Amino acid sequence: MGILEVKNVGKRFGGLQALGDVNLSIAENTVHAIIGPNGAGKSTLLNCLVGKLIPDTGSVMFDGQSVLGRKPYEINQMGISRVFQTPEIFADLSVMENMMIPCFAKRDGAFQLNAISSIPSQKDMIERAEHMLDDMNMADKRAMHAGSLSRGDKRRLEIGMCLSQEPRLLLLDEPTAGMARADTNNTIDLLKQISEERDITIAIIEHDMHVVFSLAERITVLAQGTPLVEDTPDKIKGNPKVREAYLGETQDAA
Amino acid sequence: MGLNKKDFTLLLIVAILCLFAPFILNPFPEGSALAQFNAGYPDLMQRLVIFGIFAIGFNILFGLTGYLSFGHAAFLGVGSYAAIWMMKLLTMNVIPAIVVSVLVAGVFSLLVGWISLRRSGIYFSILTLAFAQMSYSLAYSVLTPITGGETGLQPKVDDPRILDRVLEISTSQRANLFGLDMNTSHVVRLGDWAFTFNAGYYLAAIVMLVAFYISIRIFRSPFGMMLRAVKSNQQRLNYTGLNSKPYTLAAFVISGMYAGLAGGLLVAMDTQVGAERMFWTASGEVVLMTILGGAGTLIGPVLGAGFIKYMENIVSKINKSILEQWFAFMPDGIEDLLITLVYPFIGKGWHLTLGILFMLVVIFLPGGLVEGGQRVGRLFKRKKPADDKPDGKTTPAE
Repeated sequence: MGILEVKNVGKRFGGLQALGDVNLSIAENTVHAIIGPNGAGKSTLLNCLVGKLIPDTGSVMFDGQSVLGRKPYEINQMGISRVFQTPEIFADLSVMENMMIPCFAKRDGAFQLNAISSIPSQKDMIERAEHMLDDMNMADKRAMHAGSLSRGDKRRLEIGMCLSQEPRLLLLDEPTAGMARADTNNTIDLLKQISEERDITIAIIEHDMHVVFSLAERITVLAQGTPLVEDTPDKIKGNPKVREAYLGETQDAA
Repeated sequence: MGLNKKDFTLLLIVAILCLFAPFILNPFPEGSALAQFNAGYPDLMQRLVIFGIFAIGFNILFGLTGYLSFGHAAFLGVGSYAAIWMMKLLTMNVIPAIVVSVLVAGVFSLLVGWISLRRSGIYFSILTLAFAQMSYSLAYSVLTPITGGETGLQPKVDDPRILDRVLEISTSQRANLFGLDMNTSHVVRLGDWAFTFNAGYYLAAIVMLVAFYISIRIFRSPFGMMLRAVKSNQQRLNYTGLNSKPYTLAAFVISGMYAGLAGGLLVAMDTQVGAERMFWTASGEVVLMTILGGAGTLIGPVLGAGFIKYMENIVSKINKSILEQWFAFMPDGIEDLLITLVYPFIGKGWHLTLGILFMLVVIFLPGGLVEGGQRVGRLFKRKKPADDKPDGKTTPAE
């Protein structure tokens, strides 16, 4: 039994069957990649997992509990953190404040009217945020405006913010999209390090095969809203069905 | 007091300005040509600090969360009605009136906020505007038994005033603080200058300082940080396990209570209420004050409120004959020309002056008067070696 169990999930937008009949099981403490050509339903599936969309049919169980019908913040409090395709950070706040907010969310829950104590008096929160910034190699940027960070640093910060909540499942939506090669490799190294050092399950949606094959332990190939095949990276590479549906395309493009 | 050095200094400066306002606002001797620029009379000084409170509260909602309410005058009005009813039913002492005005405005803003915050952006603004206009219309028509309709409300001789009668305090209908009449003024004459010290003003100023202090604490608290996060990226906030709705609702209620406090104080200073206090232009005015001063900054709203109330009371009182006096020394032709040019901007035309200033500020100083001050400050600092310390101010609203 995996930490995330997706059973018979279907989602229709008007005349378009975005997800057909998706079954997916993600085992605990693995890195699981979901790949597939454009329009395969990867993002729709992800949105069904985090509460942005509610599937028409099927069930999504996280650690034995259904996530369906819960709001994004409730699902996050259950232990699922999401990294977006374009980094979603608090651009108007400082890097340090960005890191403190998830720390507060972890300690105080979804809402806490903490209007009288000052932030500097929250020593444990500051310590935790600083520790996380250290882990992300961003300690020297703590006073910076988060909006003025480079693309790669924004991504690092966002991943750090998600990790500071100590999630059990980290979902990444094309984390290297639009990144330069060097930034991509840095992100791969960071994610590798995270999965080795932490007690965490990572599910990653990715277009870039280089990223997928450097990271993933299991790969699910999605095509036209249904899983085509699920296997280890080596087997996926050799699978003729996958080559036909997906890999052939990218090799031509590359 | 739980404030860092910079904030404490700011609070101290505001406190000193409030304390010496009767001097500072009266720089010109009586009877001189510039005496009409004096603002040190009780009625205006009271308004300066009371509308300061209104704007400070509005800034907690608009400056921090970015939710633009266009109906905050409704809470001011509700607070005023609550205060006047306390004076009619209970006592002319201002304390119950002020406390109840805050509570009633808080409950009312909880209701309005709970409904309006289902939407954001322009739809939120329209919903709050609709609520305020509804309140205004109701106060004028259906609710006349409670609001006095067109005539408004004021304390009457035959009001019950239970507490005053039981305690046999006094039968006067003047607002007081444990016997100290709010209208009590003490005039100090120094040469040609006359400085007025008014009990009501100092009560309002003390309340304003407390309100300002609480606002600083909110700005610097984890709650304040969450409110800024709401403004910055609500999507990230929701995917970080935080429910933005109660945060925005709490900010809405707090700012509604500030508005109610301002409404209660207005009644404490001048014991009458009319429905026009809730009209949408009054809601618009507090938006102007906050943006003009600098939304999202601590001191900005107070500056904006002071600026607009000063303009309203001073510039609007300049009339043609005063202009003629000013330009009398010039040759006739030029005098007439200047009067013709300046006349549209004074007296009843003060809105034109305000409008132009507002446009200039929004276009050239998006951070309001506070940003203007910072720019001037930097101009002087540039001579010294640059020390780039990050200031605690938040980015202004777009």
